[in-house]
Amino acid sequence: MEITVRSLWTMIHGMGFGALYLLACSGAVVEVYRFTTASTPSEFTSGQERFLKFYLIAMVVFAWTAVLTGAYVIYPWYRATPPLGMADPSMYPQHLLMSSPKTIGWHSLGMEWKEHVAWFAPISITMVAFVFIKYGRDLRNHRELRAAVLCFAVASFIAAGVAGFLGAMIDKYAPVQGGHTIHLSEGTER
Amino acid sequence: MSMSDGVASPNIPAFTNGSGAAAILSAGIGSLALAVLAFAGDTSATIKSILVFYRPTGVLSGVTTTAILIWLLTWAALEWRWGKRTVALGRIGIIALALLGLSFLLTFPPIVDLL
Repeated sequence: MEITVRSLWTMIHGMGFGALYLLACSGAVVEVYRFTTASTPSEFTSGQERFLKFYLIAMVVFAWTAVLTGAYVIYPWYRATPPLGMADPSMYPQHLLMSSPKTIGWHSLGMEWKEHVAWFAPISITMVAFVFIKYGRDLRNHRELRAAVLCFAVASFIAAGVAGFLGAMIDKYAPVQGGHTIHLSEGTER
Repeated sequence: MSMSDGVASPNIPAFTNGSGAAAILSAGIGSLALAVLAFAGDTSATIKSILVFYRPTGVLSGVTTTAILIWLLTWAALEWRWGKRTVALGRIGIIALALLGLSFLLTFPPIVDLL
């Protein structure tokens, strides 16, 4: 059993930071809503408030790490230009997708949208975390602020969902491959 | 209860809404900046070459770095201006969400192709 360095980075980017962010998103929307609409301040302890602040900071870290590893580690491998006369385009995912009319859309629509829309997630969730950390339970007294923050949190979830879905589909049709091979375990014949 | 310690009483805001409004509007402006820069980089060869900050990542490096700078500078300026004030948040929130919605549309390739 083995994995290449590029595949490992793709997993860290998508199944690590990206998927963790998506999983955390729905929880954050529900908890921020519950916390800021509670009828009495005593419904939540200061420990729960601290936990939610830590949870949102972790989401900010996941979101920024996901887009930065995507843009600066994996994307250069994805968009690399193959040398002239290269017969096997499988090591060049963008080139591979664009070589067939059946898959070109995954680049021209999929990657072209994903590479930009993904950045709305960290921008939005950073704002959400800042406002929650600053206002805390005082958000209960700012109805319009709370509504805007929740809308941005949902938008962040949608942006990450679009990027995650397109990333998974692109990797299915043209996986980022290559680099050193890491041996995980030796298989035995049955 | 002190108004400056951040502890809220029911129905009596401990903070003005200016700081939150600054964060929300700057997030909308930052998102739109990213979408506009992506569109500009896609349609103009000159802008595209200017926005290549890191060659392996191409124009995406300049688009995102510039948009993040615009977002953070706008946030700092609005925080400085609104931080301790109460502002018309309903209108600001709608504008910020409209900017974010426009950003989603402006990055969607079939719509960009129509422009």
